Amino acid sequence: MLRRRLNRLLGRDERIADRRTIYVGHRSGSTNDAIIPPKFCDNRIVSSKYTVWNFLPKNLFEQFRRIANFYFLIIFLVQVIVDTPTSPVTSGLPLFFVITVTAIKQGYEDWLRHKADNEVNKYPVTVIEDGRRIRKESEKIKVGDVVQVEEEETFPCDLILLQTSRDDDTCFVTTASLDGESNHKTHYTVPDTGRDLESLNATIECEQPQPDLYKFVGRMHIYTSNQDPAMRSLGPENLLLKGATLKNTQRISGVAVYTGMETKMALNYQGKSQKRSAVEKSINAFLLVYLCILVSKALVCTTLKYAWQGTPGQDEPWYNEKTQTVKETNFYLKMFTDFLSFMVLFNFIIPVSMYVTVEMQKFLGSFFITWDKDFFDPEIKEGALVNTSDLNEELGQVEYVFTDKTGTLTQNNMEFIECCIDGFQYKYRDASSELDGFCVTDGPVSKLQQKAGREREELFLRALCLCHTVQVKEPIECHDQGDGLMDQVDGLEADGQETSSLQEQRGFIASSPDEVALVKGAMRYGFTFLGLESKTMKILNRNNAVEMYELLHVLNFDPVRRRMSVIVRSKSGDILLFCKGADSSMFPRVRQEEVERIRMHVERNATEGYRTLCVAYKYLSAEEYNQADKGLREARLALQDRDEKLMAVYNQVETGMSLIGATAVEDRLQEEAAETMMALQGAGINVWVLTGDKMETAKSTCYACRLFQRNTELLELTVRTLEDGGRRREKRLHDLLNEYYKKAVLDAPPVKGGVTRSWSSTNQDYGFIIDGATLSMVLNSSESNSSRYKNLFLQICQNCTAVLCCRMAPLQKAQIVKMVKNSKGSPITLSIGDGANDVSMILEAHVGIGIKGKEGRQAVRNSDYAITKLKHLKKLLLVHGHLYYVRIAHLVQYFFYKNLCFILPQFLYQFFCGYSQQPLFDAAYLTMYNICFTSMPILAYSLFEQHISIEVLLDNATLYREIAKNAMLRWGPFLQWTLLSLYHGLLFFFGVRFLFSNPALQDNGQVFGNWSFGTIIFTVLIFTVTLTLALDTRHWTWINHFVIWGSLAFYVFFSFFWGGIIWPFLKHQRLYFVFANMLSSVSTWLVIILLILLSLMPEILLTVFCKPRGSNARQMKHRLPSSGTSTIFMLSQTASTHSFSWSD
Amino acid sequence: MYSSMIGGLKVTQNQASKMIGKQSRSFVYDAFVLFFHVRADCVKRRYIHKMVKEEQPESVNRPDNTAFTQQRLPAWQPMLSAGIIIPGFVLIGLAFIGIGVALFVTSRSIQMLEMDYTGYEQNSPCFKCSDESVKNCMCNLDFNIDTLFKGPVFFYYGLSNYFQNFRRYGVSKDLDQLSGDMDAFLDPTSDCAPYQYDGNNKPIVPCGAVANSMFNDTFKLYQIVKGVKKLVPLDGKGIAWWTDYNIKYRNPTVKPLKNAFNGTVKPLNWPKPAYELDPSDPANNGFINQDFLVWLRTAALPNFSKLYRRITEGDYAEGLPAGNYSLEIAYNYPVLSFDGRKKVVFSNVSWMGGKNEFLGIAYLVIGSMCVVMSIVMLIVYAKFKFPEED
Repeated sequence: MLRRRLNRLLGRDERIADRRTIYVGHRSGSTNDAIIPPKFCDNRIVSSKYTVWNFLPKNLFEQFRRIANFYFLIIFLVQVIVDTPTSPVTSGLPLFFVITVTAIKQGYEDWLRHKADNEVNKYPVTVIEDGRRIRKESEKIKVGDVVQVEEEETFPCDLILLQTSRDDDTCFVTTASLDGESNHKTHYTVPDTGRDLESLNATIECEQPQPDLYKFVGRMHIYTSNQDPAMRSLGPENLLLKGATLKNTQRISGVAVYTGMETKMALNYQGKSQKRSAVEKSINAFLLVYLCILVSKALVCTTLKYAWQGTPGQDEPWYNEKTQTVKETNFYLKMFTDFLSFMVLFNFIIPVSMYVTVEMQKFLGSFFITWDKDFFDPEIKEGALVNTSDLNEELGQVEYVFTDKTGTLTQNNMEFIECCIDGFQYKYRDASSELDGFCVTDGPVSKLQQKAGREREELFLRALCLCHTVQVKEPIECHDQGDGLMDQVDGLEADGQETSSLQEQRGFIASSPDEVALVKGAMRYGFTFLGLESKTMKILNRNNAVEMYELLHVLNFDPVRRRMSVIVRSKSGDILLFCKGADSSMFPRVRQEEVERIRMHVERNATEGYRTLCVAYKYLSAEEYNQADKGLREARLALQDRDEKLMAVYNQVETGMSLIGATAVEDRLQEEAAETMMALQGAGINVWVLTGDKMETAKSTCYACRLFQRNTELLELTVRTLEDGGRRREKRLHDLLNEYYKKAVLDAPPVKGGVTRSWSSTNQDYGFIIDGATLSMVLNSSESNSSRYKNLFLQICQNCTAVLCCRMAPLQKAQIVKMVKNSKGSPITLSIGDGANDVSMILEAHVGIGIKGKEGRQAVRNSDYAITKLKHLKKLLLVHGHLYYVRIAHLVQYFFYKNLCFILPQFLYQFFCGYSQQPLFDAAYLTMYNICFTSMPILAYSLFEQHISIEVLLDNATLYREIAKNAMLRWGPFLQWTLLSLYHGLLFFFGVRFLFSNPALQDNGQVFGNWSFGTIIFTVLIFTVTLTLALDTRHWTWINHFVIWGSLAFYVFFSFFWGGIIWPFLKHQRLYFVFANMLSSVSTWLVIILLILLSLMPEILLTVFCKPRGSNARQMKHRLPSSGTSTIFMLSQTASTHSFSWSD
Repeated sequence: MYSSMIGGLKVTQNQASKMIGKQSRSFVYDAFVLFFHVRADCVKRRYIHKMVKEEQPESVNRPDNTAFTQQRLPAWQPMLSAGIIIPGFVLIGLAFIGIGVALFVTSRSIQMLEMDYTGYEQNSPCFKCSDESVKNCMCNLDFNIDTLFKGPVFFYYGLSNYFQNFRRYGVSKDLDQLSGDMDAFLDPTSDCAPYQYDGNNKPIVPCGAVANSMFNDTFKLYQIVKGVKKLVPLDGKGIAWWTDYNIKYRNPTVKPLKNAFNGTVKPLNWPKPAYELDPSDPANNGFINQDFLVWLRTAALPNFSKLYRRITEGDYAEGLPAGNYSLEIAYNYPVLSFDGRKKVVFSNVSWMGGKNEFLGIAYLVIGSMCVVMSIVMLIVYAKFKFPEED
């Protein structure tokens, strides 16, 4: 009993949790009892993070969550609390600087967000309350309000469309700001609501807010005074999203269902998972090493201090007695404070400003990608887009590229090439472009010169005209013209020519370009789709008569079913189902005797690289239709598992069809696709093609892109090869995997240098092909074998020059990326794609690249970088990636280097000052070293350096291999840099120390003290550190000159200035005239010059003996054979006479 | 969208570029472009709001074709090659050898006489004074000069194992006092502790460890001419830094100086208060006593020497002639307790300062290293031909 009640309670809770009820216009439902208005959030968009009040604490809290900032805070606090050698200012000021810069940046951004928020939230909207129209601020809209929106306005929240000014209960919307798709989308009102909004009494039940823009389920109960409530299903076609714009419709009214932060737009802009680059991992590792160095230094000093004090007279000589409090302090506490003091003294070894500099470098550096005019595409008038600047350097580290085929390797610019009807081939020839009559469709390659019956032809063409979701673009100027056109169409006997030219210009809009190509193809054969008006599809047939079909249902396309259907009712009342889809999904669903005739054509077309679709139809009896109709309606009303239920009904309806024919659509290769792929392979990158397409089509694309070459041996692991042997699939899979493994991995000659692909002809190239079904077998086979198979598969793939995975579902793509990503050595992966089906792999890979293609903007929105064309990938990786990597790697190494040689003399000095934590450098120098004297040159370097020029990088893809596997940030180079800084530090200190064996360095016999000692070392340090960078700079722009010489000049100027005045706020005036006095000594000049030169010597010798890589590279200009504008069309693998061998 | 904002920025940028001149590649322009691009793109990137008002004007999207944005700024691309390095090394090497020889010769020509007078050994003349209980001990250090010790001769005293660079020691002084601030006389900074107040809680002026531990041995140099001691005049001026003496340290303006010190006590170790450091010369008295200033400039290393006097006057302006000399030492400064040593140094100086063999040798070694290395490189170069020159 109790449990049941509990269950009910819980059940109710669950129901509350997964749906919400909305009272339209805040009127209660069936009964008159008072409604408890459910609490929803208001319609305020808050994208800002801070308010005026909480900015300081919140921002500080967030900043101190960073480990580096926290570390400096601790150091600062230690300095404040404990008696330490340096004043708190020395670490407080840089910290303050860093924190302030970051806070200002974040504050500014937040201010912009506030401004934007206000603009949105204060936007006036019209709300209908009790029949009156009230102007309100947008933020005051509550869920359940009925909102009115005018043309060209954006929707202030997510609305269910109730009423529209158009006659056909539709409205048009663009979602350009949401997903970048600029076409007009049609949305529909909920039936039976539009007439009288004031008296409408309805509730809406819908799911809780979720971010998917294209999903919405709900239902509406409409209460009329005396009847049972009517129920209507609500889908995404009824939902108007916040942020979208109303077009071509004067006015609509809708009820708010999601408001404010619960709108789909707001949900979509919340937290994309952060990707971290490999460089950052290196930085953290190095930081750890330096922390260890720091702690051990402090430990060594503390230990030695107490050992040294053990000898009598050393601890407290008569001239330096301790104060009473110090004497009374506990011994261990003293030891601990000493340890802390040493930590503070050496804390500068951790580069405080590195994080800021790295961040600035990434932020500013990423603009060079956006600014690159080579990435600008004049067609869509857009350049590259950088969504995150954190991954710039990762572009230089890519080892695997996963590319989509359609729209990425190919243009997704579909062209109808040919069709086959009942097994007879019709080829459309551009040359004979007259459109009057079907006879032009000559070129019957079919040997028998036969044609299908006219009836079948027309059925086929009608199917093409009806089975799609294409919209006709309305003439934008005015509607009258459209009507005029209709008139013309009606009486068009006379001027058919003219009409057809008009029809040619007719614009079609569809989510997939295949559909447009098919509709256009049908148009060429005389069947023109005129448009859809209030559920009626109009077709202009070959006799220039308009046929009308009532559109009953659209069974939408989805990548799992791989087909779509429409159910229409013709004038004569016949109910027809037209279905088109991929052959694999169609053949099992049609009558088998028809299959064979068409299969031949489909396969031949696929081999030639065309995209093929099969078209089928069936007549539905009234009974069948009613059943299907009922099923569909029920499924659409379902709140839970709607998709699964719909799918079941679809599958049930789409059976027993008869096949009419097939179409072949050509998808041209992207510009320079082959060159790009060759360049990537030359760069040592493994290219994998992941596509949902058929194997034959994909294979020929690979040949055309030269991923596979004539001498490439293909290792196929597909359903076909698995079924060849006649044995059990699993067994066969096992055998094949082992065989390929032996061939590709064991027998292959050991390759030097890891990923390098040898270009010599002696090596056999392998290509690997796998399809989705087989892949899931490999991945999901029985537990014991799974990891073994996966391993074998990976190893084979790693030894292949190219891998093609076809028939992939979107999730499988991501699975593959994940598998490679987590394989041994965790290689850096990059995914590139243009469509919604690539989003998962774009998100999965280390670097996701979206192409601003024709399939909407989802890929772009989820990507880290977006480019307009595939060919830009070459420059993005080979040039930008390479340069960014070199820049940031050098930046990181240099930062550690300069801080170690900064602090090492300070450490060594402890041995000469009785371990008393005496700082060697003045506080001003300690503070300014990282933030003023040495920060700008390295920042300029890290923004402008081109150790190899852009052209050379583009021409020599092999250069990319030299930085592969994080080459510049591995322990080797790190050790090199550390040794260099040790050498420098030792040299600085002991050079000056030996000079000071006689401190009378001036010609007037006067002596120098300890601050002169430190200042000489510091001067040498500044010059050496800056000149070391200057030696490494290969590309001196005026900015580099300015910054490098400027920094040095600034140091000299600052030192004069700092030492030239008695500063009232300083206690000790330690540096008063120290610098000027130092320069008056010839010996000091000589020792400074000597030490600088000696420090730079190893670097100079190294550059001479180990030739700089660039100059070598300039020699080996491999000329890549250019493939021109090759298309798959020209270049099927059989007909190829081109030779791609590299041997010359 | 954000178009209006970006558009606005672009407009200003375009106007600006027109103002400055479209073709100019001036620094100002580049910086300007950078600034505005950053602003605009920052807005573009960080700004998530999608307020659609109008479509962006398309030309806005086109990246600017300037050398800066395209990373094609004219650049100097130096390439260190053997062709530059070998002659460069030879030149540097030769120059260094030249400097090294000059330094070495100069350093050699500098005469230096060092004498330890700690009295650690029994046979040392100052042995009797090394016992701390003996007060006002005097000892004589006799020495002889063979040849003329060219003048001007500089007279240093040196201390070993003496850590003037202890951190607490170094900060233990009050610059306010030392620059004549009377307020600080009565309230010395706490840095001076435990030399801040004496046992009666009276402020110490000058306070702190540095002042307290001021070197107080005094020396008189005699030349023994025919058995008669002839006093060699020692010049105590110009031994401290000019800026220390004239600017950094000051006496209080009170006249007579003694009155400024009312209510204060002298440092514990001092035999006489600061205003009596040199009663004979008011310009060398109090805080601007040059011995005191020399001591205040703390040494860098535990073994150091400091300038005591110059010998520039009278018969000795040309230097110390050959002969027998006697140094009369008032031995006050205890060093044996911390195992320290005291010495006196007579030295003349050159343009490079005091005697310092290190610099000359270092220059010679590195100069010859450069030359040798360039020869090695030349051989390697001749034999293997660096690939680039092909």
